[in-house]
Amino acid sequence: MTIASSTQLICFAVLSAALLLGSLGVVLLPNIVYSAFLLGGVFLSMAGLYLMLNASFVAAAQVLVYVGAVNVLILFAIMLVNKKETLAAIPGLPLRRVLSGLVCGGLGVLLLRVAFITPWPLPGPTPVGEEATIRIGEHLFSDYLLPFELASVLLLMAMIGAIVLARRDVFASDVITGEPVDQGLLEKTRTPLLSEIPALESTP
Amino acid sequence: MTPLAVIEIPLQAYLAVAALLFCIGVWGLINSRNAVRVLMSIELMLNAVNLNLMAFSNYLDGQLIRGQVFTIFVITVAAAEAAVGLAILLSLYRNRETVDMERFNLLRW
Repeated sequence: MTIASSTQLICFAVLSAALLLGSLGVVLLPNIVYSAFLLGGVFLSMAGLYLMLNASFVAAAQVLVYVGAVNVLILFAIMLVNKKETLAAIPGLPLRRVLSGLVCGGLGVLLLRVAFITPWPLPGPTPVGEEATIRIGEHLFSDYLLPFELASVLLLMAMIGAIVLARRDVFASDVITGEPVDQGLLEKTRTPLLSEIPALESTP
Repeated sequence: MTPLAVIEIPLQAYLAVAALLFCIGVWGLINSRNAVRVLMSIELMLNAVNLNLMAFSNYLDGQLIRGQVFTIFVITVAAAEAAVGLAILLSLYRNRETVDMERFNLLRW
């Protein structure tokens, strides 16, 4: 993107600050609805960073897929499972948080060290800029054709799998005619997961 | 015409932001007790990886932008993962009546 370098610097600072603060909010806020909306903000700032990296098509895909689909899906899931429950206290929870914070901090230090001491072959070739969308199209239909088609199969499998998993119940009889429908291949009658205790009591 | 002091944003700045975002995602993945928040942390980690790919694609591979193609595939897989993950979460919620990660311990040894 051809904008002045000071503007670029300010944009990068604002977007990365929004990204990091928003992700901290996603992880730390007690109310999960706020977390979900902050996640939308994180995705939008990520799309802004993609725009600064000369990738307008991927930025648009990010907004459409993440903000438009994934975030809305997460909000619907929160709406469907939103039951107030008091979480049982766990012994040693603060210690666990501190220990995992140390582990994650160590991982962060390692990643930052790799990023800063590796001699990257800079400057690379000049970026294509606004022709990026054309290049992506050429890649997707020439040398990345097989992954592209496999991605469509994967999306179909994910859609059918999500429908099968999230379906509420199986109608044992046809809704319109009232005749019994053989569902044996699709789904057995649902047994609860933790029914082993009455089953053990009933067996002699 | 005097040349201005051009301050380019270095590649390492993007890598640092991506590394910090990934660490926040890992911490949230380990410490969240709500299963929906675990899925959100996974999305954060996938976004950090995407930012790495895009930064490398712009700075080191400017002509053949393979990083952007990989990012599109990662976005596709992440969308599929979110759909299946939330469906599993709904099914789990119907069976167990909770979203507390500490109570999903059927497979614990």
